[in-house]
Amino acid sequence: MRGSAGAPGSTHATEPTDGAELAAFLRELKTYEGRPAAEAGVGKDPVNEPMIRHWCEAMGDENPAYAGPDAVAPPTMLQAWTMGGLNGHKGDAGRSAAYDALFGLLDGAGFTSVVATDCEQEYLRPLRPGDVITFDAVIESVSAQKTTKLGTGHFVTTRMDVQANGEPAGTHRFRILKYAPAHSKPRAEPHSKPRGKQPPARPRPVINRDNSGFWAGVERQQLLVQRCTDCAALRFPWLPGCNGCGSPRWDTVEASGEGTVYSYVVMHHPPFPAFNPPYAVGLVELAEGVRMISNVVGVPADEVRIGMPVRVEFRQVEKDLVLPVFRAVPGSAD
Amino acid sequence: MSHIRGLRVGEELPPLEIPVTRTLIVAGALASRDYQDVHHDTELAKEKGSPDIFMNILTTNGLVGRYVTDCFGHAAVLRKVAIRLGAPNYPGDTMVLRGTVAEVDGATARVDVVGANGIGKHVTGTVTVELSEGDLSLPEGDLSLPEGEDA
Repeated sequence: MRGSAGAPGSTHATEPTDGAELAAFLRELKTYEGRPAAEAGVGKDPVNEPMIRHWCEAMGDENPAYAGPDAVAPPTMLQAWTMGGLNGHKGDAGRSAAYDALFGLLDGAGFTSVVATDCEQEYLRPLRPGDVITFDAVIESVSAQKTTKLGTGHFVTTRMDVQANGEPAGTHRFRILKYAPAHSKPRAEPHSKPRGKQPPARPRPVINRDNSGFWAGVERQQLLVQRCTDCAALRFPWLPGCNGCGSPRWDTVEASGEGTVYSYVVMHHPPFPAFNPPYAVGLVELAEGVRMISNVVGVPADEVRIGMPVRVEFRQVEKDLVLPVFRAVPGSAD
Repeated sequence: MSHIRGLRVGEELPPLEIPVTRTLIVAGALASRDYQDVHHDTELAKEKGSPDIFMNILTTNGLVGRYVTDCFGHAAVLRKVAIRLGAPNYPGDTMVLRGTVAEVDGATARVDVVGANGIGKHVTGTVTVELSEGDLSLPEGDLSLPEGEDA
């Protein structure tokens, strides 16, 4: 099992309103009670002096029983010996499939956050450097849906039996709340610039075998349109074959960059990280006759009009991202 | 019920003041092998709706254990520690641990522990500790951690 989280919030819970759906979900959750949470787990390190010392340093615990030649480990380290650490336990030596499945079920229902609420430990014998730790754990109970200050969720209680060199050394009962945060904030707020040092990055164009020539052109500040070498039809966006005759043969022509707004929308909602609504998205008909979609800039979004003349502009949107956008030709917004 | 000389039910243990520094939170998380990001990465903790990183339950457990053995002397042995968390321990806060003897049975004492911080009760719990005769008086004095540096 994971040595999950620490603290927040009240654990005083209230019963939710019941419903057939909730009841069915709870029945499914209850099937996990009594199933293993961890099977034949093995501590990554035997009980050892350096880990004991690091623990005592962190806790400010100067108890002489935890140092010297006859040192025992602080009993409250019990769970620490079973932790997977940064990389988790290898293979099956940790959380069971049942525990993962239960978490998956709760995640799927939106209860994605975890917080530890209770820890009850009983110490049966002292742990000494060299003791090899093994453990098994069982899912004791899964609660009905509860609403706490943190949010709504289910309490999951596990009981772990810890052995040292095969002898019972302690029990560790652990309760977590798997919950949907009550006050989770949207990642971006509308009509505001992203805060913090690092503004969110714009999504990158998907560049593949079929359209890489177009993006290579953009790098050179050229707006390239495909031309069928069999029937001479121009096409955009880039495709492997001709819409007209089906020929796979093509070359390119560089568009003049002149065009008109064929249609447009103004984006207000929902806001999306890295975008700052409102902004206009135009379907621009190029002078060569093909149409392409990009932002219409250089004019307030609510002043974009069908038929408005525009010209391509290669805009450095981010350090490593240039995009072709269309700037309204001055005087055209009247 | 009390068989332990000098220890009465209702007796209060001297309080222990713990400055909740960022260093303590991170050191405790790593010493307990708990790499959950909410215990060391402020940005990710905020993304998860927490105002800052917060102390993990294993550190709280360790501090509660230390508090009781510091109070009763180092011959005292922890038998059970059961804790429940409430208000999180965020950096910059101070937690004050207080204990009250709830039961004495032979050489075993049960102590109710509460750790309160600036926003409420961080931890409530019960510790069962086995004491050896002759090591029973509660000490006077300051049990607090030395001031840590809050990075």
